[in-house]
Amino acid sequence: MFQTQQKLITNQYPAWKYLLLVVATVIGILYAMPNLFGDDPAVQISPVKSVVFNAETEKQVEQTLQKAQLDVKSSVFENGKFLIRFKNTEDQLKAKSLLKDELGRQAVVALNLAPATPAWLQALGAQPMYLGLDLRGGVHFLMDVDMEAAEKKAYERYIDEVKAALRDAKVRYLSVEVENGGLEAKFRDIETEKTGMQVLAGQYSDTFILSSVEDSAAPKVTMRLTDKTVAEIKKYALQQNITTLRNRINELGVAEPVIQQQGDRRIVVQLPGVQDTARAKEILGATATLEFRLVEEKGDPYQAEKTGYAPNGSLLYHFRNGTPILLQRRTIVSGENVVNAQSGIDPQQGSSMVSVTLDGAGGRKMLATTKQNVGNRMAVVYIENRVETIEENGQKVKKRFTTKDVINAAVIRGQFADRFQITGLDSPQEAQDLALLLRAGALAAPMEIVEERTVGPSLGQDNIDQGFMSVVVGFILVLILMGWRYKLFGMVANVALTLNLVIIVAILSMLQATLTLPGIAGIVLTVGMAVDANVLIFERIREELKNSSVQSAIYAGYEKAFVTIADANITTLLAAVVLFSFGTGPIKGFAITLSIGILTSMFTAILGTRAIINIMYGNKRVEKLSI
Amino acid sequence: MSNEVQTTNINFMGQRHLAMVLSIVLIIGSFVGLWLKGLNFGIDFTGGTLIEVSYPKAVELPSLRKHLTDAGFDEAVAQHFGSAEDVLIRIAPREGMNSAQLSNQVMDALKSSSGEDITLRRVEFVGPQVGDELTEDGALAVLYALFGILIYVALRFEWRFSVGSVTALVHDVIITVGVFAWTQMQFDLTVLAAILAVIGYSLNDTIVVFDRVRENFRTMRDGDPVHVTNVAVNQMLSRTIMTSLTTLIVLLALFFLGGEVIHGFAAALIVGIVVGTYSSTYVASAIAILLGVSKEDLMKAPKEERDTEAEEAELQRIFLEQEARREAREVESNKS
Repeated sequence: MFQTQQKLITNQYPAWKYLLLVVATVIGILYAMPNLFGDDPAVQISPVKSVVFNAETEKQVEQTLQKAQLDVKSSVFENGKFLIRFKNTEDQLKAKSLLKDELGRQAVVALNLAPATPAWLQALGAQPMYLGLDLRGGVHFLMDVDMEAAEKKAYERYIDEVKAALRDAKVRYLSVEVENGGLEAKFRDIETEKTGMQVLAGQYSDTFILSSVEDSAAPKVTMRLTDKTVAEIKKYALQQNITTLRNRINELGVAEPVIQQQGDRRIVVQLPGVQDTARAKEILGATATLEFRLVEEKGDPYQAEKTGYAPNGSLLYHFRNGTPILLQRRTIVSGENVVNAQSGIDPQQGSSMVSVTLDGAGGRKMLATTKQNVGNRMAVVYIENRVETIEENGQKVKKRFTTKDVINAAVIRGQFADRFQITGLDSPQEAQDLALLLRAGALAAPMEIVEERTVGPSLGQDNIDQGFMSVVVGFILVLILMGWRYKLFGMVANVALTLNLVIIVAILSMLQATLTLPGIAGIVLTVGMAVDANVLIFERIREELKNSSVQSAIYAGYEKAFVTIADANITTLLAAVVLFSFGTGPIKGFAITLSIGILTSMFTAILGTRAIINIMYGNKRVEKLSI
Repeated sequence: MSNEVQTTNINFMGQRHLAMVLSIVLIIGSFVGLWLKGLNFGIDFTGGTLIEVSYPKAVELPSLRKHLTDAGFDEAVAQHFGSAEDVLIRIAPREGMNSAQLSNQVMDALKSSSGEDITLRRVEFVGPQVGDELTEDGALAVLYALFGILIYVALRFEWRFSVGSVTALVHDVIITVGVFAWTQMQFDLTVLAAILAVIGYSLNDTIVVFDRVRENFRTMRDGDPVHVTNVAVNQMLSRTIMTSLTTLIVLLALFFLGGEVIHGFAAALIVGIVVGTYSSTYVASAIAILLGVSKEDLMKAPKEERDTEAEEAELQRIFLEQEARREAREVESNKS
């Protein structure tokens, strides 16, 4: 009769489930482990754009460190960067200033904390969790790009062009001005206005929406940028600002800066480990301009650099990589004359190029200069001005700092005015960078800090200590409570809870998600709530024990509680997802740990405890459960 | 404790009208608090600058305030934060002033006036515009969460349960916010996150009870909703107490050990969990009953589900018989 042998409830798991658990445990432990080893104080040296470190740089670094007799723990050259670890922070700070002096502006020398993960763990790709700014200390800025100003500037740039177009067509206008959030060209009478409209519509219907106001008192053509053009202008404005910020932050020497777009007009800047926020703000708040100058070909720039004296009528400048160059004192045009700069491909040579457009005044000056200087070189200088507060003889003094970099020097092939190309660039990347810099120096939209969060190093450490302490205390209390209430089953749940914690840490480490203080709060809360699944199961087993045998009570307890657990957890997960999608930085951290915690707790509390209980009681005759 | 478990038999639902009155009183009280005192919004929502500084030894607030006034920050609010050495300074947003530079100026003023070695612990500056956005986003987040839950519960259970659980959640949120109004604890972004977590937790509790109510409607002969709910609440009582207890324990650890920054967060969750535990019985279930949830509404269960139940019963029967036979065999073999 009874041929359902295999269907008998014996509470045994198939081998693969045990295997799955063992694998999860091993992986969890391995990937959670890097968090135990702490950090080494380190100095990180990375090259500034277009600079590549070579054997010589390596020698330079080595010698500098040897000369100062610093206690170097290890030094690695990887991915084009140096990472030098020290035994104490004192040596680290000393090394930083020495190396900065030695390498100058070709390199970003930054303090860093390098995880002291053993090599064999690193080989597995295991890394410690990434700590948020509230735990490691640092600055978070939210910058808002003034898009209204960017749009207004764009209109202003077209004034000259529109005037020229009307002049060329011999249409007499009264004025061309930015008014009522658009461009307005005014005319004497309706007749001229009509011809003016025709001329402008012929040239600008791509970028502008034109409308003609045929009012006999004040006939005018109004021009508004199309939505597509406005969107493009905004995108450019944001990109330029991000590029300039990136360059300036290189100046600050931050090991792992984050510069990200947020929304359509904001930029997030995170500078971990930066303490001097006043200086950071000053550097970020710098303003940039451009200058076009002729290259002085007669003098020897290397000689000038050695002696410190430039020949008459010229000035000594440097390229970004430090190569000196002599430029004439007279500026041809400056950044305010630049209307646009775009990278592209030179149709004749097929190489990368940048097309530059100047305004009317700039074009005239350029024409006058290039007429006489065909065959000579013209350089573009990128200038950054900033005000820094520094201590001098115990007094705080505001000082102006200016950095001038030559970003390009090219031969003038023929005379040109307001439109010209800089060709012969090595790569599309270089062309893009140059175009971005040209625009950044000329037409960057102003930006403003709208949010700042700075956490000092002492508070960061306090946050870590307190967060860790509350996790440990909360965890131990829960362990005690579970052991007291559910005896042996409670202990099993405690094993699962521990495993849960390990897996959460492992997943956070693997994802390299940012751990923040609210994130720790999420972990604490998960510890409290994760036992819920086990509480539900154990209470159900107790209930079932009243009217069925031990084995079937265990079976039924797990089966019946499962639906409830799933329902309850999915709804909590729902709330966590909403939190994630609406929250900003710290709130997101909380949502992430909470969601991960819910998922892992389902795994450990159901599968994990069941496996242990099956091993203990499965397929055995048991009279009574310790529950 | 033995395997013998006693199921309590408290008439929870009997007091549901009384509880309804209590809830209404609490909600009205919360609104009165909001109306009279309002929420003490943190700079996350109002905008402004917050500076936390640490002195090497205990610092007198009156003299510090005087220094700030002298330096031109008359509207600055200074208070101790956690200890006598730490001071928290809040400055309201100023019209036309770039507040990003404000923290530098305050630090300079404090350093030059006291001559002590002051360390900057934390600066938070939120522009008024960002503050407005956060307020809007926060309110939206709560609304979306409630809406999503309304739909999920309606799909999984029944619309009466759905209305009951969402009413309970709104109830919990209002009372938690009310407590923040009456105590004037600071309401910042982390508190908002805590309230969303409360929604998640309280719902968790409600679902567990509902789940049992549904099961009881299917298995119990007596289909009287009040009785069925009462049994479910009693069956779930020890679980409810146990889970609330473990969660409260860790939150208390967080409240006392987690540091000042996380204080408001832990406080909101503690209040929310106490209220949430109460509301899943007295608000969620009571409203489902009030709306007339009945045995018939829940008997329309999907077909497969009943099949699995039948299968399970069959499995159980087979198992019991099997086990009885084995036991009999063993008794026999023992004899021989």
